[in-house]
Amino acid sequence: MVDYPGAASPPFRLSMLIYDRRYRSLTIQAVVFILVMLMASWLIDNTLKNLAIIGKTLSFDFLFRRAGYDIPQQLIPYNSDDTHLRATIVGLLNTLQVSILGCISATILGVIVGVLRLSSNWLIARLMTVYVEVFRNIPLLLWILVILAIFTEIMPAPRDYRGENPAANMILFDLIAPTNRYTAVPGIGMSNPPGIIALGREGISWAFIAYATVLVLAIIGHRILRKWARRVQDRTGRRPTTWWITLAMYLLPVLLLTWHFGLHLIPPVLRGFNFADGINLDNAFVVLWIALTLYTGAFIAEIVRGGILAVSRGQTEAAFALGLRPGRTMSLVILPQALRVIVPPLISQYLNLTKNSSLAIAVGFMDLRGTLGGTTLNQTGREMECMLLMMGIYLILSLIISGGMNVFNSRVKLRER
Amino acid sequence: MSDSQPDAAAFVRETMLPPEPPPLRSTGVLPWLRQNLFSGPLNIALTLLGLGILWLVFSTLWPWLSHAVWNANSMAECRKIVAATHGPDASGACFAIIKHRWNQFVFGFYPVDLYWRPVLAFGTLFLALAPVLFSENRKARWIVTGLALFLTVLISMVLGAKGHELGAMTLLMLAWIVLIERQPGWALLASLIYPFLAVWLLWGGTIWGPVVALAGFAVGFIVWQLLARFGMFAFAAAVVAAALWWLLLSDYVMRGLAAVLPLRLVPVSSDLFGGFVLSITIGVSGIALSLPLGVILALARRSDLPVVKMMAVIFIEFIRGVPLIALLFVASLLLNYFLPPGTNFDIILRVIIMVTLFASAYMAEVIRGGLAALPKGQYEAADALGLDYWKAQRLIILPQALKISIPGIVSTFIGMFKDTTLVTFVGLFDPLKAMSDTIRASFEWKGAYWEPYIFVGSIFFILCFGMSRYSMYLERRLKRDHR
Repeated sequence: MVDYPGAASPPFRLSMLIYDRRYRSLTIQAVVFILVMLMASWLIDNTLKNLAIIGKTLSFDFLFRRAGYDIPQQLIPYNSDDTHLRATIVGLLNTLQVSILGCISATILGVIVGVLRLSSNWLIARLMTVYVEVFRNIPLLLWILVILAIFTEIMPAPRDYRGENPAANMILFDLIAPTNRYTAVPGIGMSNPPGIIALGREGISWAFIAYATVLVLAIIGHRILRKWARRVQDRTGRRPTTWWITLAMYLLPVLLLTWHFGLHLIPPVLRGFNFADGINLDNAFVVLWIALTLYTGAFIAEIVRGGILAVSRGQTEAAFALGLRPGRTMSLVILPQALRVIVPPLISQYLNLTKNSSLAIAVGFMDLRGTLGGTTLNQTGREMECMLLMMGIYLILSLIISGGMNVFNSRVKLRER
Repeated sequence: MSDSQPDAAAFVRETMLPPEPPPLRSTGVLPWLRQNLFSGPLNIALTLLGLGILWLVFSTLWPWLSHAVWNANSMAECRKIVAATHGPDASGACFAIIKHRWNQFVFGFYPVDLYWRPVLAFGTLFLALAPVLFSENRKARWIVTGLALFLTVLISMVLGAKGHELGAMTLLMLAWIVLIERQPGWALLASLIYPFLAVWLLWGGTIWGPVVALAGFAVGFIVWQLLARFGMFAFAAAVVAAALWWLLLSDYVMRGLAAVLPLRLVPVSSDLFGGFVLSITIGVSGIALSLPLGVILALARRSDLPVVKMMAVIFIEFIRGVPLIALLFVASLLLNYFLPPGTNFDIILRVIIMVTLFASAYMAEVIRGGLAALPKGQYEAADALGLDYWKAQRLIILPQALKISIPGIVSTFIGMFKDTTLVTFVGLFDPLKAMSDTIRASFEWKGAYWEPYIFVGSIFFILCFGMSRYSMYLERRLKRDHR
């Protein structure tokens, strides 16, 4: 709006709150705000009244009382004498564990299937289409229940692995033994352990710190190497071959450390009626992991396929015309463009997977919902506090993941001019 | 090279070439096989891998499926029949459980002689959708409405509806089809009335309940029209009038009308709902309610008003950040805390509210994507025409934005429909877990693991796959550019 110097702005009248566009937006916002606040206060008022009627108050004291229940699978030491808070943390770690492992395996599966679906091989392309359509159009709960039924009904009992001529055989070079109660997988042992930093009841192994340091150093070294290669390329026009230096940088120290610590796999061995030595993974966890992987993998396959198709063929041809080799065409031209399309929906699939891991309820895996929203809730009778806390934790997880996505998006955003 | 140029013309062929053999055929079975399955080492390996997978699946499933038993009264009888016909070690599917108990998977514990009511509600759903979804293509419309009429009546007849019920439903559906063909405008109104009809059919009771609820909208509309010249006040007054009607008057009016003219169906309580009737009820009401809510949330999130925008963002991000199971537990455990003391309402209704809120947040994000994808010129053109905000949204922005978001809307719906199986965890009888467990708990069908899953999974697959194909068709049909 242009202000003419001659025209004095009209004095403010109350009716302008409604009829004048400049003030109307303020009126609307105030009305909406008041309405929402009234609604919220009504809800809170009702809640307080209802709580008062049954004689409860809102308090989180129960978190520091004895939990008194066991959790079959735990990443940090826990027993039934610990507090509800610690049980919650154990549950949260279980949720994180199955989510992170699920994201990794679903991504691998999804990328393979997505690429194979575009393959020129008619049979494979059709098979992958069938896989994707079948898994996408049937509820996840069904897959969890079916895989659970496979594990409980079809898998052999641990004792079937016994004897000269056992009824069941271990798979993958005698390393993994699926049974109807748990899946025995190899553990990791060190013949020359470097010791542990004790932090209360948990401990961090020096070996872990060593590996982490080596990895970080390798990443830094890789960056320096790439910078150097680019400088050489700018100066001479010829890019030095660096892949073997990179490979050595990542692999050699790891191998050295492994040799130094004497890291090795301890295969599970049947002792008596059960497997020992290795790790016996709770089947609830294995079932949930497999189901989440297969289900989310189908969605990721579609995303990957869409991303690859979104990069037009002309881009490849243009890169070839510029004289780029196929490998560099892929890494410099195709992938950056495909990833821009792939990553945002991919991360929203990670988000879905994390939330879907709450379906652990169907198999009895003690995740966050199983501990805080399950046994703790039932034992303490504090629905309000438990549900609020649980939703808050899930919310924070989601916000962290989507925050990561926003950072990525802003980094790869097309610079439009 | 260049010095050999002068000699280049020296060669002239003097003898006839012998005839070549005919070129290898590039069409037909063998060349196709070679091109698509065996064109290189990698391809051959992949083909072998594919054949291996096929063989593995086939060799595990085929014996079991081919030994299937369809006529038996219990699991033990099934096993006996399989052992008798295929040897003692053979295993076979026992689809007799489906034949025996299909009605529980589909209708839950709904009274058997009232099965025609959910069937009619489902059949008329397609008539209600016709003006919205199949309006342009007359052939598609005729096929869908005709099939809906035919199948509804046929299925109701098979399920044992009585003569007068069949007659009434035929008349109703025929009248509706004529309305769709002759008066598309009125048919749209009929579609808006449909939810109330469906509620009445499913839950039964007096017809005046839904009618009086509907009348609230009519009251609001009339007040709005009467006060139209007062602009925004009219809208507020309409809302207040409708609310007053619902809160204060409707109960008395309903009772009065019911006393004068007792038009009622046998009431069916919510705990009898189960199986696919429950899933479809929750799914359809969830989508129908979440779409308008999603549009409003999306507009709010893109609005210029910071307070409104902030509230929309908080709501959407909160809902999207929490798993549906948590929200369902809120519905079953906490919702009663949030309402005035003493209120206690139906668990299905509570679940529908939560599912709706859940879906509307996702819907809002999908529609926001559509709004953002719309070229800026469209907004500017609407402004240039002098349209106010709501007119611009209604006439120019939303029709295009919704069209762009169709694939997302449908996939949200598919996701929500699949998620309706989660209601099992708050004690409702979904077809997948609760219903299967219930049937398996009976003595005859102990140990029937796979058959219920296969049956329920196939129905989910057909419905969801059908919806995704339909969205592709809709996308093509609504495509106006890039011809």
